[in-house]
Amino acid sequence: MPTVNNALTDLTIAAARDGLDKGDFTSKELTEAHIAAVEAARDLNAFITETPELALKRAKASDERRAKGKAASGMDGIPIAVKDLYCTEGVETTAGSHILGGFTPPYESTVTQNLRDAGAVMLGKTNMDEFAMGSANITSYHGNVINPWKLDDGKDRVPGGSSGGSAAAVAGHLALGGAGSDTGGSIRQPASFSGIVGMKPTYGRCSRWGMVAFASSLDQAGPMTRSVEDAAIMLQSMVSYDAKDSTSVDQPIPDFAAALTGDIKGLKVGVPKEYRLDGMPGEIETLWQQGIDWLKDAGAEPVEISLPHTKYALPTYYIVAPAEASSNLARYDGVRYGLRVPGDSLDEMYENTRGEGFGAEVRRRIMIGTYVLSAGYYDAYYVKAMKLRTLILQEFQQAFEGVDVMLTPTAPSPAFAIGEKMDDPVQMYLNDVFTVPASMAGLPAISVPGGLSDEGLPLGLHLITKPFDEETLFRVGGVLEEAANFTAQPSYLGGAS
Amino acid sequence: MDKATVNNIAKLARIKVSDAETESLAGELTNIFDWIEQLNEVNTDNVEPMTSVVAMAMPSRVDEVNDGDDAERVLKNAPDRPADGSSFYAVPKVVE
Amino acid sequence: MSYLIEGETGDWEVVIGLEVHAQIVSKAKLFSGAATDFGAEPNSQVSLVDAAMPGMLPVINEVCIEQAVRTGLGLNAKINLHSVFERKNYFYPDLPQGYQISQFLEPIVGEGIITLDMPEGPREIGVERLHMEQDAGKSLHDQDPKRTFIDLNRSGVALMEIVSKPDLRSPAEAGAYMRKLRAIVRYLGTCDGNMEQGSLRCDANVSVRPTGEKELRTRAEIKNINSVRFVMAAIEYEAERQVEVYEDGGNVVQETRLYDANKGETRSMRSKEEAHDYRYFPDPDLLPIDLTQDFVDQIKATLPELPDAKKQRFIDDYGLAIDDAATLVADKETADYFEAVAKAGDAKLAANWVIHELFAVLNKASLSIAESPVSSDDLGKLVGLISDDTISGRIAKDVFEVMVTEGGDPADIVEDKGLKQITDTGEIEAMIDALIADNPEQAQQYRDGNTKVTGWFVGQIMKASEGKANPQMVNELLKKKLG
Ligand SMILES: [Mg+2]
Ligand SMILES: [Zn+2]
Repeated sequence: MPTVNNALTDLTIAAARDGLDKGDFTSKELTEAHIAAVEAARDLNAFITETPELALKRAKASDERRAKGKAASGMDGIPIAVKDLYCTEGVETTAGSHILGGFTPPYESTVTQNLRDAGAVMLGKTNMDEFAMGSANITSYHGNVINPWKLDDGKDRVPGGSSGGSAAAVAGHLALGGAGSDTGGSIRQPASFSGIVGMKPTYGRCSRWGMVAFASSLDQAGPMTRSVEDAAIMLQSMVSYDAKDSTSVDQPIPDFAAALTGDIKGLKVGVPKEYRLDGMPGEIETLWQQGIDWLKDAGAEPVEISLPHTKYALPTYYIVAPAEASSNLARYDGVRYGLRVPGDSLDEMYENTRGEGFGAEVRRRIMIGTYVLSAGYYDAYYVKAMKLRTLILQEFQQAFEGVDVMLTPTAPSPAFAIGEKMDDPVQMYLNDVFTVPASMAGLPAISVPGGLSDEGLPLGLHLITKPFDEETLFRVGGVLEEAANFTAQPSYLGGAS
Repeated sequence: MDKATVNNIAKLARIKVSDAETESLAGELTNIFDWIEQLNEVNTDNVEPMTSVVAMAMPSRVDEVNDGDDAERVLKNAPDRPADGSSFYAVPKVVE
Repeated sequence: MSYLIEGETGDWEVVIGLEVHAQIVSKAKLFSGAATDFGAEPNSQVSLVDAAMPGMLPVINEVCIEQAVRTGLGLNAKINLHSVFERKNYFYPDLPQGYQISQFLEPIVGEGIITLDMPEGPREIGVERLHMEQDAGKSLHDQDPKRTFIDLNRSGVALMEIVSKPDLRSPAEAGAYMRKLRAIVRYLGTCDGNMEQGSLRCDANVSVRPTGEKELRTRAEIKNINSVRFVMAAIEYEAERQVEVYEDGGNVVQETRLYDANKGETRSMRSKEEAHDYRYFPDPDLLPIDLTQDFVDQIKATLPELPDAKKQRFIDDYGLAIDDAATLVADKETADYFEAVAKAGDAKLAANWVIHELFAVLNKASLSIAESPVSSDDLGKLVGLISDDTISGRIAKDVFEVMVTEGGDPADIVEDKGLKQITDTGEIEAMIDALIADNPEQAQQYRDGNTKVTGWFVGQIMKASEGKANPQMVNELLKKKLG
């Protein structure tokens, strides 16, 4: 087992970039350190596919660029983890599912291409809930991911999901940053559970081209990092207008890191009262209040606001997302790629392939989605949900006339032990209760580590801003980060526990 | 939601479910839809369904051939192909 | 007009609605950059989008939108400035996405009208809607004993589905509707109308009811008929089948049927018709199509003259009979050809020559007008030679024959073969004098009041002159000499 150079794996992206620029170390050294960490941490099961050779090749190319003074970006030479939802040219892409077993795309997703072009070094493809359906990373065909945050009760905890592999990789110092995807909270909730920063940009900011689709109207790529600044740097290399995605928005792309001025004086921070859920753990409530106080101390003005339809966002989501998924996942039929389980007739082949190829949660959601779109139920469920989505969106629009940003908790609890909340899907769905409303309205949002639970597990604070106002998100996130001064580390770091 | 409904949906979705699973799915889906029922508290009579989160016009492409012309690229992951290697996907015989 | 099926219990009326799938003329597919050419190597015109690879997304081809709008305008239809793509979900191996992107609740074109030229007079048939959608791939069932092979070249090709109202009442009307629709889209350049290559396919919804009954009865849908002749034959067979079913005390079931052209009959496509539930919903990968009136007006301004307008102009400007005008405008190439011929002067004569002489030659050799062995210029010259009395119509047929088989300028042929009409009065008079002198009996008959005998004299003169004598002059001079 190679030894891990913690001096390199403990860096932030910003610090690593500076070190590379100064010639303190090379991308090759940085990458080797992370490859070693990935190998040492295999029991976290954070990766489905490791690509060390590819990583070293790209690291070498990065070092050559830098030697010529031609570093492509702040991400050049930076080792990252990529969720297995992104199609990567020549590298198996499974989306955590058996049904895509062996599928090797002859193409690269726009977001990972952007990261490649920026010089980022992909260490491998990270584990995830199957087709991004889950909030605990316990639905992957490739097994559960283990949260590097461990207590001494001997139980393994979930890293959150669906971007659980990327979250564990970043939290456990196996990668400096992770590419995640967020449909109803799949970046932000695992970030909260794993003590890292997770950011979902405005719907349309990142191209969805080449990302395995879960729910098209909600899916957004985003960065998972160990600092807000890192999230800004990494997002810079992910976004682009993409003519290949009809929902990609052609908006000016600001310098995200430059937005971290630390100045939030006079900013109005909305605190939606409806997010104060019945039976919410006291530690969540306390942290939320703490967050409000921090922003107030920094000169912002907290304002209580009302989002009365917000409580309907989650059940609305459980109509919209499964409906879109049931259709998006129809292409996994054993005809052109991936798994085929034979059958005597075509229909039998379909049913066998999809019955065996999809796991229980995916099957369940396809069933929900098929049902809500079926004859006689479409109006009662799907159309109703789309009307509620209108109300939720309008409500946010109105609220943002009075405030610049909103602050909420990211998740209603800290990471739970693997095996808990398993028997009741609805209980599991409630993990996303705070993250889903912003998803329904396509708004940018970020989770920043705020503190520890009573037991000692990380808890995130959640900020939401207006469409395409990621700069405010980063600015306020940076202030929150500084105030929280979250220095706690998971017990499992860079393969050393 | 009863077992017959579950079976119908499974059929529509082309997913094989075992008898035991039909039973448990019926229960789970019933719970989920009971929870979803709360949406009926909201009067949405005069609300337009959302068509898109992004407020913009649909972009379009120019009418130009700039893709395709590479059968192997789309066939290389195929689980089954004709024995003679010709450029088709193959599936169990369909009787019309 | 009334096509009725005589049953044992009385007369039955046939009610027909047609759903026509017309391939949009475009270089690339509806949502991808792959080519649309016919007859390419299997799977050689398939993009990652058309093969529904994971993460692939559709982007609309702007020309397809224009073509749909242009077609809508050509059908005098309402253009919907707001329309929506939806997904029609079903599983089939030649449908890679597991759904067809189509338009459902909000199509791009609403109600319109197609006017048919029936022998009994014009008939207006309502168009219900026109929407855009993706074509599916092709399944080949006969290449392997155990497997079906899939070619996705057609997958994603842009189609317009044009749905008529159930206004058609006979196989002949259905045929006329197909021909008219085909003419319109070809005039517009929005579909090449090639039925053999599948660019234009038809599904026919057929039901029957006793004459006088107001309610529509259950219909059967005959799928994918690919010629006008088959459309008419399939409807005729199906209508008679349904009448028989009812008269035998049975009921027609709503089902999909196939037309077997070899046997000339329709048969049920699946013994147990599976209930379809397409679960339509707006495609979240796309946004609604929002057009401006300005965009529509710009297309409107560039519309070509369409068959109905052209027909009226031919009647008004050229004085053609309705039937002849309708025949000439049935396709644009013919109409253009005719107009080029008519430039020579006598339009009615030009129409006659195109419709009778030219069509006979083309039909015999199975040629299209574009492949005509005689150019419109040359035929125009020939018509000119007739109207300026250089040659007679009779001689013109001989010249035409030479033009068809050997080619050449008609004036040269006339010159070379010495076919110029004899218009010299003296020459003709001499021939008549000789004829009368040789046939005093016939001359006497004429003088006795039997003017019918003139025909015999004309014939003899034409024969003697090898058809070159100007018939009008022969007539006049004969009258003078005999009378
Ligand atoms: Mg149809
Ligand atoms: Zn259709």
